[in-house]
Amino acid sequence: MEIGLVELSRLQFALTAMYHFLFVPLTLGLSVIVAIMETVYVMTNRPIWRQMTKFWGTLFGINFVLGVATGITMEFQFGMNWSYYSHYVGDIFGAPLAIEGLMAFFLEATFVGLFFFGWDKLSKVAHMVVAWLVAIGSNFSALWILIANGWMQNPVGAEFNPDTMRMEMTSFFDVLFNEVAQAKFVHTVSAGYVTAAIFVLGVSALYLLQGRHKDLARRSIAVASSFGLAAALSVVVLGDESGYSASHTQRMKLAAMEAMWETHDAPAPFTVIGFPDREARETHYAVEIPWAMGLIGTRSLTEEIPGINELEAESAEMIRDGIIAYDALMTIREQRDATPQEVRDTFEAHSDNLGYALLLMRYVEDPRDATDEQIAMAAEDTIPGVAPLFWAFRIMVGLGFSFIAVMAFFFVRASFYRMQFPRWSLYAAVAIIPTPWIAAELGWFVAEFGRQPWTVDGVLPTALSASHLSVAELLITLAGFITFYTILFIVEMGLMVKYIRKGPFQDVAETEAWQARHEHRLRTHDGQGPFANPAE
Amino acid sequence: MILYELIEFDLLRVIWWALLGVLLIGFALTDGFDMGVGALLPFVARTDVERRVVINTVGPVWEGNQVWFILGGGAIFAAWPPLYAVSFSGFYLAMFVILSALIVRPVAFKYRSKRDSTTWRSTWDWALFAGGAVPALLFGVAVGNVLLGVPFHLTESLMPMYDGHFAMKFLGLLRPFALLAGVVSFAMLLMHGAAWLSLKAEGAVADRARRIGTTAGMVAVAGYALAGLWLAVGVDGFALVNEPVANGPSNPLYSEVTHGGSWLSAYAERPWIAIAPIMGFLGMLLAMRGLRAGREVSTLLWSKMGILGVISSVGLTMFPFILPSTVDPDSSLTVWDASSSHQTLFIMLVVTVIFMPLILMYTAWVYKVLWGKVTEADVTENADSVY
Repeated sequence: MEIGLVELSRLQFALTAMYHFLFVPLTLGLSVIVAIMETVYVMTNRPIWRQMTKFWGTLFGINFVLGVATGITMEFQFGMNWSYYSHYVGDIFGAPLAIEGLMAFFLEATFVGLFFFGWDKLSKVAHMVVAWLVAIGSNFSALWILIANGWMQNPVGAEFNPDTMRMEMTSFFDVLFNEVAQAKFVHTVSAGYVTAAIFVLGVSALYLLQGRHKDLARRSIAVASSFGLAAALSVVVLGDESGYSASHTQRMKLAAMEAMWETHDAPAPFTVIGFPDREARETHYAVEIPWAMGLIGTRSLTEEIPGINELEAESAEMIRDGIIAYDALMTIREQRDATPQEVRDTFEAHSDNLGYALLLMRYVEDPRDATDEQIAMAAEDTIPGVAPLFWAFRIMVGLGFSFIAVMAFFFVRASFYRMQFPRWSLYAAVAIIPTPWIAAELGWFVAEFGRQPWTVDGVLPTALSASHLSVAELLITLAGFITFYTILFIVEMGLMVKYIRKGPFQDVAETEAWQARHEHRLRTHDGQGPFANPAE
Repeated sequence: MILYELIEFDLLRVIWWALLGVLLIGFALTDGFDMGVGALLPFVARTDVERRVVINTVGPVWEGNQVWFILGGGAIFAAWPPLYAVSFSGFYLAMFVILSALIVRPVAFKYRSKRDSTTWRSTWDWALFAGGAVPALLFGVAVGNVLLGVPFHLTESLMPMYDGHFAMKFLGLLRPFALLAGVVSFAMLLMHGAAWLSLKAEGAVADRARRIGTTAGMVAVAGYALAGLWLAVGVDGFALVNEPVANGPSNPLYSEVTHGGSWLSAYAERPWIAIAPIMGFLGMLLAMRGLRAGREVSTLLWSKMGILGVISSVGLTMFPFILPSTVDPDSSLTVWDASSSHQTLFIMLVVTVIFMPLILMYTAWVYKVLWGKVTEADVTENADSVY
């Protein structure tokens, strides 16, 4: 297989996936925030909450539709660009994608239309239920996608079937309750909540700075900061859970993220910052916190975390073992039902490492002919790009902690300082709007780039997974996607800006009528007059 | 887990073959009218308000309808991985064109009326037209190619390979028979879209839709009949050489296939399948009559029956073939050798049995809530909130 083809296929997947994930996190979080706002409306009957629901709902809609449109690309791209992957693991990987459609996407897509078109056709409570169904659908969607992705990181509940030349499911429950998938789901969904909370916070801060739509802005900040604080805490805690599960499921990824070249005596130190050098296999100018890595990664003081060099040596052993499995597989393929039982037994015994033998196919047609040198090269391939992972991970974590600080600040000001926000904090809230997207994209980068050279960890090398297309075909579609997506992005941003500038639709007559009805209660409340001020 | 052995592997394969049909038909019945409406848009609606009426007849439901397509893709991946792998990469550039149309369509619905500029709106109107017309045509072309057979082969490791130059891979799809199939599918969905508009719109828009829909129906019926004749005399079918091992492993290379004879011999072996083309003709003819007479609900139902008949006639004619290969017939994918494992098919069936009725129930509820015509007043009074 031409390497240029694989690289282009990877580039295309990375571009379209990261583009898709510009819209997904906001959908995940904003759907919930909108449903919360509508719930408050149903409980309090105050028109302002319906205006908030509609305003944030409009922005949600502009964003949602691009998530849907770019999601179609994702579902089709496996078959289009990764046909051997699709054949090899479709028996396991296809199921969560199909279930996502059945259980989640149908729900969210069917009700999202009713959310926008059903205001006059449904009772208040029914419309609120519709809003929640959209939110639940979106979040369930993420669950199934992450079960699929979790399986690529930690392929449990499956084994290779030599008759069909592919992986087949042995336990659906293992695939479902894959610890990597569970940790990833909560981590990703929480990241979506933080993204939406920062978005709502930033837009509301802008309104406060401009001195308009103050009642909408203050209430939105109250919702966003409390929801966002819980989510920001959850992102970091569940991120830690992901790290813990990586320490025993994806040891190479963890070692590369942390630039741990050598196995350190337990408990290992955590490198806060430094400059990883792959040539020299060391990290220059490393600033370390003793014990921290061992505690985070193993939650013990005695367990060792293997370093990159040790894992590379292990990979070489697994490649040699995989060649035995490959040899048996070739016999089974030729003799089919007539294969002697001992050959099948040999295959069973070594089939766990079959994928490692396939790594050699980059260098040699038949892995059985591999030289020691080629085995060493393939073993070195199992080390992903250390420096990019090291940095991407640190920036993501740094942003994650800063989100907790931001949310905590606004939560405290909203709860205990009568919604008085210093102007600098409002400027800051506007300025940080893009940061959760940066953190989310870096998170995916760490997860997917860190999985290389595999599409399915230890099972199928990326280089083998791609379709046998021509470079010209790839270039045509790549150029098409880039053009298309750039135009759509500009159009989307333009509309977002237009609708944020336009602000909420305020039904002044309705708000005044409501205030007149409730004047006695509002006045006795604190004597300062209510927030909902239609004359603003 | 031995639970899955409750249902025999071969039965599960047939069930999943049928479910694949259900999903594709579900897609054609629901998203089909969205695409038809999109393709009709520039011709049935002249003013901006008329266009908004047309768009809003499908505005609240297209998103849910499109999921039939996405679920179809997911179900092919889960239940027929080799089919997913071979067809999506084999029709690479054609898939890309369809994808582009399907990406533009949702955005066009949502963004069209969010700015007042005429250029902005008419650009998105053309996007809606392309987003409806292009897939409607290309899906038919794809089905035509499946009947003709596709030039792919599988290596010993079951890696799908394609022969010839990439440009030929795309242009080679545009064979005369396949183009005819494309015309049938385009005309049929145009008729379906017209039936929908006749139910949901009123006045001039509905009248124009009925007129175009009647013509489209005639083209669809004539094209479908012509395609049948062509299959009888001009297209070679495929056949399994030996009795298939219906419970065997999913390895297409384990069976031998010949290319020759006629697809239509299936009607001699299983005469009952003639019901499908009969339903196809009858449905389309009655829908045409309904469009002329201005009947609303019944026309849409007849149109649905027509589509159901046409699509299922293709599947039933080809059974057990799903994707035959012209260059290496032994690589052809059939119901017996291109499915997922026994266990995966069983689990997916359980999930489908639980969720499909729920989906049908809440979809029906949503259509009920939205029942009634979309009028010009609806659009002008809610100019800010509707599409």
